Amino acid sequence: MRRYSAFAIAREAFRHHLGWERAWASPAPKSRYDVIIVGAGGHGLATAYYLGKNHGITNVAVIEKGWLGGGNTGRNTTIIRSNYLQDPSAAIYEKSRSLYENLSQDFNYNVMFSPRGVIMLAQTEHEVRGYKRTAHANALQGVTTEFISPDRVKDLCPIINIDGPRYPVLGGLWQARGGTARHDAVAWGYARACSAMGMDIIQQCEVTGITAQGGKVTGVQTTKGAIGCAKLGIVVAGHSGVLAEMAGFRLPIESVALQALVSEPIKPCMDVVVMANTVHGYMSQSDKGEMVIGGGADGYNNYTQRGSFHHIEETVRALIETFPMISRLKMLRQWGGIVDMTGDRSPIISPTPLGNCFINCGWGTGGFKAIPGSGWATAEMIAGGAPGPLAAAFGLERFREGRFIDESVAAGVAH
Amino acid sequence: MLILTCPNCGLTAEESELAPGGEAHLKRFGPGSEDADFEGYLFQRANPKGVHFERWRHAYGCGKWFLAARCTVTLEVFGTYPAQTTEPPTEIVNKIKAKRPDWSLS
Repeated sequence: MRRYSAFAIAREAFRHHLGWERAWASPAPKSRYDVIIVGAGGHGLATAYYLGKNHGITNVAVIEKGWLGGGNTGRNTTIIRSNYLQDPSAAIYEKSRSLYENLSQDFNYNVMFSPRGVIMLAQTEHEVRGYKRTAHANALQGVTTEFISPDRVKDLCPIINIDGPRYPVLGGLWQARGGTARHDAVAWGYARACSAMGMDIIQQCEVTGITAQGGKVTGVQTTKGAIGCAKLGIVVAGHSGVLAEMAGFRLPIESVALQALVSEPIKPCMDVVVMANTVHGYMSQSDKGEMVIGGGADGYNNYTQRGSFHHIEETVRALIETFPMISRLKMLRQWGGIVDMTGDRSPIISPTPLGNCFINCGWGTGGFKAIPGSGWATAEMIAGGAPGPLAAAFGLERFREGRFIDESVAAGVAH
Repeated sequence: MLILTCPNCGLTAEESELAPGGEAHLKRFGPGSEDADFEGYLFQRANPKGVHFERWRHAYGCGKWFLAARCTVTLEVFGTYPAQTTEPPTEIVNKIKAKRPDWSLS
């Protein structure tokens, strides 16, 4: 793999840019791998990457039904933060955020990580109390956040209306080191790095069955034939239930649609990410100038990657109240992704009832921010055969044992 | 927009008038039951990509619960029926089978 650098650009400028290599290879599947990862989204590719980088396992295939990064990795609002209440969440999300800081240097691919800061608005007395509590918890966890006053909120983001008619801004939880990254670049950067280590990324290859013998996984059936493996990682977000059914177990997961949208591009007007969980909307401005807007998930099981119109209406209504200046903006694009919701709104990184088959799912509405940390923890689990310290609390057994990592109350629904 | 007919009041309602209530026909396990059964009842869901039997409440209408058979991929609704039904009615099952010969009630 040829490194990207300023010199490479200069060199190619002299030869009509004919010397750029493909970022990753598209090989035909081999008959057998040490590890197969199903799902070439951010989490799947990150898992493969850290299997190679941290554990020296490179005989790996990443199998993808559609195209690389075309699921939720390409359908989110790219917010990165780690201001969670519970210790296990803070640990894995903070690991993830800190990995994002050096990700571009790590795999020589610019993921455009922009630590511009994230404000979560407190618009009710309960939220004020809740976020103060989170700020204290974060201080104990070593995550830098602070509770800030309405004036400071207005300073950081002048376009906010802090005297809204229904929900005036009473303060905010500020994480200066949070921010955004370029979602496609995250998937592409991991894919390029995996390919460079000799891993096979196989797109347009749908898994149609999982084969097992004596309670242990032996391989997968795909639309490109049968492929054998010693260990299998299922990292498919919204379709986790479908894969789990193939593997013969059930998951505490329901798949629903979550939508986002962008406005027409405008001049720079906000340089932080703002989340308003009471009115249920969040917004940031992309490098192209579009206002990137997200809101709540639909309420019913759904695999359509589309979502209901009235949820967009609710989100936009809430944001117009918070940011009156956006009321005349035209909306440019809308899209939906299928998110995998667990009962406690925390992810699952766990061995499964099927031997040598591992699963990483349940990131729900907030998976993008977790990609590096999730991949790190899942790779550790697959390489070692059991969850490491980051993943230990996120096992499937927590539902039976009542050890929830309850973030649905702590974080609101917006992620 | 998803449109369902409430079997209680007979009105045809849009989804913004309804509140979704998750998977239907779950067998309830209460105090004293096995941990695994209790976990299954509380958390584990079929979450099918295809025909789904589910609970709805006519929240901004008559306020009552009912059940629906719906496809989670196409959003096609096969029918709605009263909440006091312990398993999918034969009539609805036959309707689904007529449209989807490969489908079976698991």
